[in-house]
Amino acid sequence: MPQKSLTIALAGNPNSGKTTIFNNITGTRQKVGNWPGVTVEKKEGIVSKYGYELKIIDLPGTYSLTPFSVEEIIARDFVLDECPDVVIDIIDASNLERSLYLATQLREIDCKVLFALNMADIASTRGIKIDAEKLSELLDLPIVFTIGNKNEGIDALLKKAVELAGSDIDTSGKRKVKYNKDIENSISELRSFIEKNSGISLPYKTRWTIIKLLENDEIVKERVFQKAGDQGRNIIQEVQLHRELLADRFNDDPEIVMTDERYGFIAGIIKEVLTTITKQRIDISRNIDLVLTNRFIGFPIFIFFIWAMFQLTFSLGAYPMEWLDTSVNWFSMSLDGLLPDSLLKDLVINGVIAGVGSVIVFLPNILILFFCIALFEDTGYMSRAAFLMDRIMHLIGLHGKSFIPMLMGFGCSVPAIMATRTLESEKDRILTILITPFMSCSAKLPIYIVLAGIFFSAEAGTVIFCIYFAGIILAIVTGRLFRSTLLRGADAPFVMELPPYRVPMVKSLIIHMWDRSKMFLKKMGGVILIGSVVIWTLSAFPRNIQYSHDYVAETNSVIALYNTEITTANGLDRQHIEKKRDAAIAELEMARKSEKMEKSYMGRIGKILAPVFAPLGIDWRGSVALLTGFVAKEIVVSTMGILYLAGDKGSDTLKNALLSSDMTPLSALAMMVFVLLYLPCLATVATIKQETGSFKWTLFSITYSTSLAWVAAFCVFQGGKIIGL
Amino acid sequence: MLLSEMKEGQTGVIDRVGGNGALRRRILEMGVLKGSEIYIEKYAPLKDPLEMIVKGYHLSLRVEEAAQITVDDVK
Ligand SMILES: Nc1nc2c(ncn2[C@@H]2O[C@H](COP(=O)(O)OP(=O)(O)OP(=O)(O)O)[C@@H](O)[C@H]2O)c(=O)[nH]1
Ligand SMILES: [Mg+2]
Repeated sequence: MPQKSLTIALAGNPNSGKTTIFNNITGTRQKVGNWPGVTVEKKEGIVSKYGYELKIIDLPGTYSLTPFSVEEIIARDFVLDECPDVVIDIIDASNLERSLYLATQLREIDCKVLFALNMADIASTRGIKIDAEKLSELLDLPIVFTIGNKNEGIDALLKKAVELAGSDIDTSGKRKVKYNKDIENSISELRSFIEKNSGISLPYKTRWTIIKLLENDEIVKERVFQKAGDQGRNIIQEVQLHRELLADRFNDDPEIVMTDERYGFIAGIIKEVLTTITKQRIDISRNIDLVLTNRFIGFPIFIFFIWAMFQLTFSLGAYPMEWLDTSVNWFSMSLDGLLPDSLLKDLVINGVIAGVGSVIVFLPNILILFFCIALFEDTGYMSRAAFLMDRIMHLIGLHGKSFIPMLMGFGCSVPAIMATRTLESEKDRILTILITPFMSCSAKLPIYIVLAGIFFSAEAGTVIFCIYFAGIILAIVTGRLFRSTLLRGADAPFVMELPPYRVPMVKSLIIHMWDRSKMFLKKMGGVILIGSVVIWTLSAFPRNIQYSHDYVAETNSVIALYNTEITTANGLDRQHIEKKRDAAIAELEMARKSEKMEKSYMGRIGKILAPVFAPLGIDWRGSVALLTGFVAKEIVVSTMGILYLAGDKGSDTLKNALLSSDMTPLSALAMMVFVLLYLPCLATVATIKQETGSFKWTLFSITYSTSLAWVAAFCVFQGGKIIGL
Repeated sequence: MLLSEMKEGQTGVIDRVGGNGALRRRILEMGVLKGSEIYIEKYAPLKDPLEMIVKGYHLSLRVEEAAQITVDDVK
């Protein structure tokens, strides 16, 4: 017998612990963080329990059912349009009064609601006591206390939710906010107007629709038009009359009056259920903020944190990277000894290992970087960063909250671009999406480490830091530029909750790292592996090439020449000549290899690209590497590994190969600048398309970033040459 | 007096939230409405935005927006 299924939605204010509870129920590992706006899309999970198949939906947080930003609209639309069987309102118990605002609205839409009073631990340490029985009685709904991060009360909550879904109570009679006489009058007059015109069908329940229309809710208005057609116009006209009437009566917009009324209703409830033991306590979170957002040292500390993040990533990450590098080399050498010479061996060693191996060594660095970002997110420092930076962001016409996606961009652009959903203004969102790719993501890190490490060995750290810094500066310049041209508009307001600091959960940090590693390894096993094989194939074929010299004959004649010398020479001289001979052979071999490379398919592609990149000091191999970077930025290093290594057999490491190529420190720098700015990877482009919903903006972003990259790299290379670097 | 004129550590009671549109609505919905007690926790290092405590939680607001809000009983 198929199980009956129930849909249970988790709604609530931002940062109230919805995702924590969702993870507890479904056993998944969705992202949790201590700042408002972590979840920006709805997530689904299915569990079988109590004889039902339960479909649990985690929604983005929202302060009210009035749509304000994209992610809030997602939450509201789900609750309204999908009509879940039960809505669990996850309430931050230490923040009851404000949380009840959403709760009263949920009640108004006549769905089955139950409360989870989450963060019960924090409420009690703050001396807040909630009379749950009374609250439950007053609002006539079940209430369960929970502590999300300790998995307490979750089972009871789920059980209650299933019970509620199974019961056939009539929600429409339940206690709701009663507005003042004038508003209630308007509501009932409108109701009879609608009932009189029996042809009218409304998209939602009557009372709620009327309330929303009185509040001038654009989306509901539109839906009424869709559903009721011409009749809709009549209703809206009627509503407009009432709105004017009420506005006259209260000297303010009806929606404002109604907000007041709801809070009035809530105040009444709070008075009855909430007691605070007013013992003066030390509020640790406030004390931390005395330091971290301090007028004088707040900024220096902030800069220190960012600096420390990169410092840790590079210096601490260097050790495990070294070990991995050694293991990869060892592995490659042992295979070289074990396998008989064949095309397959060439593929494995010069394709797969050279490609994947050159990137995989960066796993530790990437993990450390993500660990640091996770620390920012889980402690609650993220919103402080937005608080500190708002003024500066304001100067470029952006929002403090835009800084959160930017900071996340150091990890990966994809979630960073998604995080822009919390921005209220469409223009802010697009602007932030356009500049976020300039925040150099972790996949570009290997490229910098390779290039800076080789060409600027001692100052590598500084060079990389400067590259990152250049990214930030160009993001700001771009922001300012577009703000005053393409995306002109009023600045969006900055209204943001600052959650209390919390000790990050070690478990969640570890899980986060683990998931990251899995993602990274998957990428290695997938796109990077395939990419490496493709690149190797393109560079190994065609097999029979028309060489410009007859290398075999030349080699033979060299050998013959030296051999006659050797027979006549004696002792020390002989050894000397033998060495010379071997060097000459190696040189010929190298010339042959590089000619072969140039005449391979890859070489031909590279030759087409080369003129574009020549002014930047990047040779054809670099050009090809950059081209492949569109798939995923890590591939740039893989490609370089394959192309440069195969070009010369004499050196066993990419380092030696690069040093003996035409690349100079200056052209390496130009290449890094290009990598920093040029078109983002495929996944990011797809995300940009999804989030802007516009092909034009996506194309614009790609064109802009790539042109900027070329110009900047050109300036670096040519400028550097002029000043004689 | 205006909310934006209050100093760190002062308390007050909201009298009227001015401005218009979605923002005004949002500020009200977050509990900053007539009669709410507020406490100015601090101004950011660059004097903008400000952080205040309202209904038991910390909310930050730009000075520009705070200038639309009038307060009484400032102590
Ligand atoms: N002390 C305490 N912390 C909790 C509790 N539940 C969740 N948290 C923490 O609260 C923070 C927010 O949790 P999330 O689950 O991300 O909140 P959310 O409601 O999904 O937030 P958004 O997705 O931003 O709307 C995290 O740091 C959690 O570890 C709880 O019961 N007690
Ligand atoms: Mg969440």
